[in-house]
This record gives sequence, C-alpha cells and structure tokens, in this order.
Amino acid sequence: MTLEISGLTVSIGSSEILHGVDLRLAAGQIQGLAGESGSGKTMTGLAVLVLLPTGAGVGGSIRYAGRELLTLAPRDRNALRGTEIAMVFQDPSTSLHPMLSIGAQLTDHLRHHLRLDRSAARTRAEELLDRVKIPDPAHALRRFPHQFSGGQRQRIAIAIALACAPKVLIADEPTTALDVTVQAGVLHLLRELATEMGLAVLLVTHDLGVLSAVADRVAVMRGGEVVEEGGRAQVFTAPAHPYTAALLASLPGAAHGVRSLEDVRALREAAGE
Amino acid sequence: MSELLRVDGLRVAYPGRPPVLAVDGVDLTVGAGQVVGLVGESGCGKSTVARALCGLVAPAAGSVVFDGMPVPPLGLRRRPLALTRIQLVFQDPYASLHPRRPVGAQLGDGVRAAAARGVSSDEPARWLDRVGLAADAARRFPHEFSGGQRQRIAIARALAARPDLLIGDEPISALDASTQAVVAALMRDLAVDSGAGLLFISHDLSVVRLIADRLAVMYRGRIVESGPARDIWADPQHPYTRSLLAAVPVPDGSGTMPAPPADDAEYPLEPVLR
Repeated sequence: MTLEISGLTVSIGSSEILHGVDLRLAAGQIQGLAGESGSGKTMTGLAVLVLLPTGAGVGGSIRYAGRELLTLAPRDRNALRGTEIAMVFQDPSTSLHPMLSIGAQLTDHLRHHLRLDRSAARTRAEELLDRVKIPDPAHALRRFPHQFSGGQRQRIAIAIALACAPKVLIADEPTTALDVTVQAGVLHLLRELATEMGLAVLLVTHDLGVLSAVADRVAVMRGGEVVEEGGRAQVFTAPAHPYTAALLASLPGAAHGVRSLEDVRALREAAGE
Repeated sequence: MSELLRVDGLRVAYPGRPPVLAVDGVDLTVGAGQVVGLVGESGCGKSTVARALCGLVAPAAGSVVFDGMPVPPLGLRRRPLALTRIQLVFQDPYASLHPRRPVGAQLGDGVRAAAARGVSSDEPARWLDRVGLAADAARRFPHEFSGGQRQRIAIARALAARPDLLIGDEPISALDASTQAVVAALMRDLAVDSGAGLLFISHDLSVVRLIADRLAVMYRGRIVESGPARDIWADPQHPYTRSLLAAVPVPDGSGTMPAPPADDAEYPLEPVLR
C-alpha cells in the first residue's frame, strides 16, 4: 500500500466531522471516494495533506512510506506536499494564479522543490505540458491562465501537481466544473497517468458516473463515515449497504436506477411525499 | 395543445469588439402543459435564451411572443402585470431567495402576483405541502434549509404566482445527485398539473430526457437538433448530439470510459428537426 488511512477522525470545536475513516491507496490504482455534500469526502482528501482548518482536532493515522503524516514535523510535512503527495482542486480558475504566466507557475515549483536551474526547469515544464496534452507547450508557457479554456486549465493544474513526480495524487472534484465532453478527456488523462506513472490516485467526487468510468475501487461516504468500500463492479452492481443502493436507485443510467418518469415518481412516493 | 410561447429567429449579441453573438437564430415553441428541455454545454447560449424569454436581455433580432403578445425588454419599472404569468427558477437557490425574509412571506409575494392578475392562488402552507415541505417551514428562513429544500421553496414561490409558463435555468445542477431527478420530476408534475408549460434548461441530458416531452440541443448559439425527447435519446441524428451523449459517463460500474470528442472537433450548424 502506498498510503494507508486508518481510524481517521477530524473534529472542529465540539463536533466530530469524520468518525474513523479507513482507506488504502495503491500504486497505479484510482480509489474513488463518493458521497453527497457534507458527507466528509473533501475533508478526508484534505486530511491526507494535513490541510485542515486551524484548530481542527485530528485522530487516527495516515501512513505513507513508513511514516506517520499526522505527527510529522511541519517542516517535513511541507517537504512532502507537492513533491510526493500532490493535489488537484475543483476549480482551476481559482487554483491557478491569474497574474502569473503558466511558465512561471510551473518552473517556480520545479526550481523550489527539485532545485533545477532555469533552463532545465523550462525543459521539464514543456515535457509536463506535453504530457497533459496542451498543444504547443513552448508557446503555452508564455501565456496566462485566462487564455486557456476550462479543460486546458485543469490539465495545467494537473501538470503542476505532477511536476515533482508524486506518488500520490489527491483529486477533489477535478471534473465537476467542466462540461461532459471536456470531462471525458480529463478522465482519460487521469486513467493514463495512474497506469503509466504508477500514481496512487484518490478521486473525490459526488458523480458516480465518473467513478464508474475510471475508479478501480469505490468508497461511499455518508455523515463522516465510509459506509461501503469495494471493487468498482461490486459496488455498482451489488451494493452491500442500503445507502449505496438508495443512491444508485436515484440515478438515471445505474443498473437499478430510474429509467422513466414513473420510476422517479415511485421514488418520490417511497420517500413519503 | 395551444401554443404558449413562440420564439422566432432570436439573436442576442453582447457588446465587444467584435460583438459576441451568444444566440444566433433560435426558433422554439412551448405549448400549454408541454415540457421542453433545452440542453447544451457552457457558453452555448442556453441561459441567454432564458433571459431573453422574460425580457432580461434585449434581442438584437427576432421575436419572443408569449400568448400572442410580444415580450418587451425589462425597463426600470416593474414588469407588466401580464408578464408575471412567466416565472423563473434559477440555478442557485442561495442567491434567488431573500436571506432575511421568512419563507412564508416570500411565497406570499407569489400569491399576491397571482391575485393582482385576478387569479386565485393557494395559501403558502399549501404550496409548501406540494413541494414536500412541512407547513411550519413558512415561519423559517432560507438558511435553515438544505440546498435541495431551498430549491423546492424557489419552485413553490414561482408556482404560487400561478404562471402559465415556468422557466427553469439549470434548476437542479446545484443539488446533490440523489435529489436531481426527484426535483426535476416535481417541477414537471406541478407545472403540467396546473396546465402551465415548462422550459427546462440544463446541461444534464440524462435527467432532462426523463421529464421532457421535447428536447432542443443547443450548440454555438443555435439549436442543432430538436424533436421528441424519446427519439433524440434513443437515436440522436446530429453529430454534436451524438458526441454529447457519448461523453456522459453512465453509473453502471462497467468501467466504460466516456468518449472525448477530438480536440478540434467542429460540428455542422445545420439543424436536424423532427
């Protein structure tokens, strides 16, 4: 296992938000983490990078490469962030700096973490943009985020995350802000990267369709707990937990999901309306 | 079925050099008791169509006729009474409900709009019941509800004005996936039961096709395919509609990757109408 989360609890003030989450990320695998708003899936992703709100209480353990992340000194933790464990956020128009060229954002990162000189960083940055399929990388480095489309911006954010060849990638709703046609391209890219670079990916999303397409394993969260975890096919076709079954039943396109207006009406009646 | 809304050759331009033609010749009709789904990706002009239909933007060309009368662009004064027969539900119920007024008072606005036209509406509590909320919700404030509940309140508020045409501009996209189909079906049933037409705008084809009688697919400011929802879903004819459908990931657990269109894909603008 590349990274192992066990019994993770997070509390803010007197309220506990995560009640003992267990998850394991393996190299080359995409671990999906599904759940509705407020279920704690984003908090789980942030906990891996120990990016929790100030004053949050954390318990349990997150082990990476034989080290315990939760008790690591801030200095050692910073050394891991962005180099071994990287993150991609939902909205690339806020995660990229609007006033800095793509080149500056990519090469700063490379020079800081990998101590590359200017021209080596530039070459590496071009390779990275090429890897995420940005056309004409040399020219793209001189351009600014607003000159790219939403899908391209998210690819650039992924390139920055990959800059130091991390082992673990936390992607929090990376395609939610994108159109479905653009999303399809980004999902293909994530799948390729996981397989070719042996990256362990934690893909956090509310969209079960996305997980059905790319995840190897799927965990479903509700109310700060993982209620079900299993292989993709098993979770989607034979859900073990009633919550997963109910979630799937509400979706058009799922095996036992809604197929017609009558199905949706039946669902509404079952909910007592 | 009588025709309620007729849009002919609608064009809307936003200022710029050169001006951006957001809507470039859209024809659309919605009948009483009919549900029309308007789908397309971001930037295709679907929200601009919604705004033009109720006068929030002035068309550069073309006409919008509602029940035999042209819809004038909104001025500084309140809109003509007759046009309160068109009601809207927006994407974000956090922004469309007043944060500091009780829900009941906001529903009362709708009831009064109906009364001003001489149409009777029901008590706020009755409207809350129809959207599946308890009557005591009337005394509470929007922040006390979840996103899905707030959108139900926004729907109740729009319907309390007894509209003949209800327009939903991405009314379900801010909701959790498990409630999207249910809220969409709720909008359909309430609109159709009251004899109103519904124009349901969304990027989510898999939900829209469940509730719409007809579908119109928008691409680059134009409608490239329109027809009965069932036919378009089962057998899309236009290449753009096909690529849009192929890109939707299906939650079946099969691991099938959605097909991304080629990076520089261009689709013909000639419409397929059926």
